[in-house]
This record gives sequence, C-alpha cells and structure tokens, in this order.
Amino acid sequence: MAKVIVYPPTSMILSDLVERMGHKALVVPEAVRTLVTAEGIESPPLNVTPEEPKKGLHYAAVDVPSGVRGRMALIGPLIEEAEAAIIVKDPGWLTGCAGCSRTNELVRLLIRTKGIPVLDLAYPTDDAEARVFVQNIKKFLEGLK
Amino acid sequence: MIRIAQLSCGAEYSGIQKEIERAAETVGATIIFPEVSLEDILSVEKTFGVSVASGDLNMAMARAVRIVQNPDLADAVIVMTCFRCAEAAIIRSEIRKFIHEHSRIPVLSYSFTERTTAETLLTRMEALVTTVKYRGLLARERQKGLTAGVDSGSTTTKAVVMRDNEVVGTGWVPTTEVIKSAEDAYEAALKQAGVRREEIQALGVTGYGRFLVGKHFEAKLVQEEITVNSKGAVFLADSQAGPATVIDIGGMDNKAISVQDGIPGGFTMGGICAGASGRFLELTARRLGVDITELGKLALRGNYQNVTMNSYCIVFGTQSLVNSLSMGCKPEDVAMAACHSVAEQVYEQQLQEVEVKEPVIMVGGTSLIEGLPKAMEQLLKVKVLVPKHAQYIGAVGAALLVSGLLED
Repeated sequence: MAKVIVYPPTSMILSDLVERMGHKALVVPEAVRTLVTAEGIESPPLNVTPEEPKKGLHYAAVDVPSGVRGRMALIGPLIEEAEAAIIVKDPGWLTGCAGCSRTNELVRLLIRTKGIPVLDLAYPTDDAEARVFVQNIKKFLEGLK
Repeated sequence: MIRIAQLSCGAEYSGIQKEIERAAETVGATIIFPEVSLEDILSVEKTFGVSVASGDLNMAMARAVRIVQNPDLADAVIVMTCFRCAEAAIIRSEIRKFIHEHSRIPVLSYSFTERTTAETLLTRMEALVTTVKYRGLLARERQKGLTAGVDSGSTTTKAVVMRDNEVVGTGWVPTTEVIKSAEDAYEAALKQAGVRREEIQALGVTGYGRFLVGKHFEAKLVQEEITVNSKGAVFLADSQAGPATVIDIGGMDNKAISVQDGIPGGFTMGGICAGASGRFLELTARRLGVDITELGKLALRGNYQNVTMNSYCIVFGTQSLVNSLSMGCKPEDVAMAACHSVAEQVYEQQLQEVEVKEPVIMVGGTSLIEGLPKAMEQLLKVKVLVPKHAQYIGAVGAALLVSGLLED
C-alpha cells in the first residue's frame, strides 16, 4: 500500500479511486477532520486557528498571504508523507478546489519537486475520456508497491 | 440583529473566522454568508465582469452579485481578503465598488493577516453597524440645545460645547491619564463657553478612550470615531448633502471615509505604520527645532522634490531627512518632504480603498499643519478643505449627534 496525494487536494472522487485500489489517499478533508475532532479547539468552520498560518511558514515565507500559509499547514504535511501523486490538470471546481490559486500552484510545485512518481492527467470532458481517465489511474495505482 | 454579509477569501484558513464573528457579536451583529449556486459562481464573468483563478474569490464575487440583486439579504457587507495577495486586492476593491455603485448597502473593506483579532475589527464593525442602525440619527444636520462632545484621542483629548448649531467653547489637552485629560479638556470648553456642567443637556463621547470616558461622564452617546468624525467633518465644512471624502490623519491611526449625505458609505482605517501618522511630523518638527504648530507654515515655503526620501518608515524616513539636512537641504524643503511622505503613504495605502469624491475634507489636528493638506492636494489634484475647528471634529460630531437624542 502506498500513500498517494491527489491534486486537487480536496478531491473526494480521486480519493475514492485511490482507496478502492487499496492505497491510502492523502486529502485535505482528512487533515480537517483531525482538527475538527481535536479537543479544545473551536474556530469554525474548519477549526483552523492563527497557529496554522504560522506552521505554514515551513512551506512559504512570511510575505506569502496568511490564507496560503494556513492552507499549506494542512496540505504541506500530506505532501511530505506522500509516496506517489496524481495531478489532474484544469479539474473544474466540482472535482475539488482549495479555493486559492496561489496555494494550488505551490502544491503542484512541491509535489513535482519531491521526486515521487506522478501521474499527470487532463480532466475528462466526455464519457469516453472519463473511462480512459479511470483506466490510467488504475494502471498507475497498480504499478505502485 | 444587524446582518453583515461576509464576502471573503482566506479568512477561515487564516484562523480568524472566530475573531470576525466575535467582533460582530460584540456590536450586536451577526455574520451571514449569502447562498449562491455553482451556476452563480461559474457565471461571474458575465454577472460581475471577471472571473479569476481562485475559486473563493469567484464565490465572493457571486455573493456580491446576489446581494445587489437581493438587497434585503444583508444590512451591511464586509469584504475581506488576505493581506499581500495581489489577485485578492484587485477583486476586493472591485467588489467594494460594485456594491457601492449598485446598492446603498454600507461596505467595509479589510485585508487581514493571521494576527487580526476581534479588537482590530471592533471599531470598524461598530461603525458599520452604526451606519445601519442609526441612519436616522446620522441624518441629523443641525445641532440643537446645549450639548457637549468629548473626543478622547490617542495623542490629544478634545472637547467642545455647542449651543444652537454653534461651537461656543473648545478645550484641547495632550492625552496623559485618559479621564483626567477628558476632565481638563471638558472643563476648558465649559469655561470658554461660560456654562456650568449641569447646564449641559447631553454629552457625547468618541475616540479611543470613549468607553472609559463615557462611563465616567455617564455620557448619553458613546460612539466610535468613524461615524462621528464623518458627521463632524461634513457639518463643519457645510457639505452635509451629497458626496464627500473625509481624511483624518491621527496620532495613532488614519481614517479615510467616503461619505454620502453625511453617512459613511465606505471607509478604511490604517494603524500599522507610524510613518503615516502625526507622530512622524512631530519628530520632524523636533529635529528641525520648530514647534509643531510652525512646521506647516515652514513646509509651505519648501519643495519636497529637493529631498530624497528613501523610506516612509518613522525611523529610516527620519534618517533620510537628517541626511538631507547634513547635505545642505533647507529646513523648509525637509518640512515639506515630511508632509509629502505622510500624505503619499495615506494616498497609496488608504485612499485607493475608498471612493474619493469632492469635496475632500481634511480634519484632525494634523490638518492644521498646512503642508499636509497642501501635499494631499498635490497628490489628489483636487482642492482640499480644512474647515474651521477641524481639530475638534470628533467632539463636534459627538455634540451634534447627541443633540439628536434630546427630547423635543
């Protein structure tokens, strides 16, 4: 079983495909769940506190907007943990969205520079493309130990 | 309950959402998020005029469109995005303009960091709520009866006594102990007006020390300085009808307020850099060996372009001024360079966030440093008004507004 990060990092569709193939999907909702269920923290809706943008300094400088660093506090550790990645280009918001384009750019960069196997895919626009899309993911995941 | 619609990007990931909600709750408001559909978000290019790469900004724009289409959804709007995000800064400004142009809903625009707290937002939220809640009171154009106002500022405390729409007494003291300074300023105003304290029918207070001073005097009105100063400014400048822009460069913060018929429509408050405050001019006056009251007149004779300013900072900017003096620059050029530096920073960082419409009224103690309104005129390329009693603006606004609470 490999730990696979998906991009967009909020995509439940991609996460589901990874899990079905017997791997562990690294996605933001998991990181948010940890925060939400942690005792003594109460900063709805995501339970992100001003501490998270400070943790995000590990991934981005202080002159990077706090919203990017706060997001990176959740996504950065997932990238560190990842052993493989699936990146979907121009995914459309229904596939999942971090909300911030600067965060998206930084996430893609950090994944690519990590040196792990990466599957690059274009977002399917019709039924036939969708089938090929799923087959490619399946083949990539089967190749992972 | 006043409903403030939050149109934002990054607030929850900056960990400040709870602070925003706490500030709203403190001033009797609740934060709402207008519902939008995916279709609304996907069509912002058509409905708003642009779509951008960041999804949350597109959602904020879709929410702005929704509010304009259904003004009953919210009483006020707060547009908030991350500090230092260029994409967000453009959209934040455009959302503010969009709502301003297409509705009468007051808008507050703010860029935050993870250090933004409820306290930072409180005065701004209070002003937003006041413009909604006390619209009738803010529409008051004449002061009636015998009322007084106290403005407990960070640097100076001001007081006025007004009778039948005229300022009849003033008091101005440096702020040391908040209550003692307020007592001294009030006493001076009463003495000049020739009235006893018990004759005053109502007292209004504003400024940083308003809660403490308000409690001490059992004031009838305790109000933040944005709405009070707007009112005082348009009253003194005789510009109560139509649009106006009020600029107040204070000792500790600056305010730029876009006013319509005496009511703030949009405003910004800056309070991060001392280089954009009266404090910078105080230091310059001290370095030049002139009294602060003389600095403005000296500046009017100078040319800022003869001095190279490398920084707006109160430390490094002052260093530039000192260097210029040592290289033979004239004191009047240095005085004007200091005024220009303060005005330019306010112009660049705050006036871009409000609709600058004439008349432009400069108020507060710094407006009496003649070089400062002159520098602002040069930057804005419009005439800047400095009304009589400009330094008492908050106290006048408080005395005027509190008269609206008197029984007829």
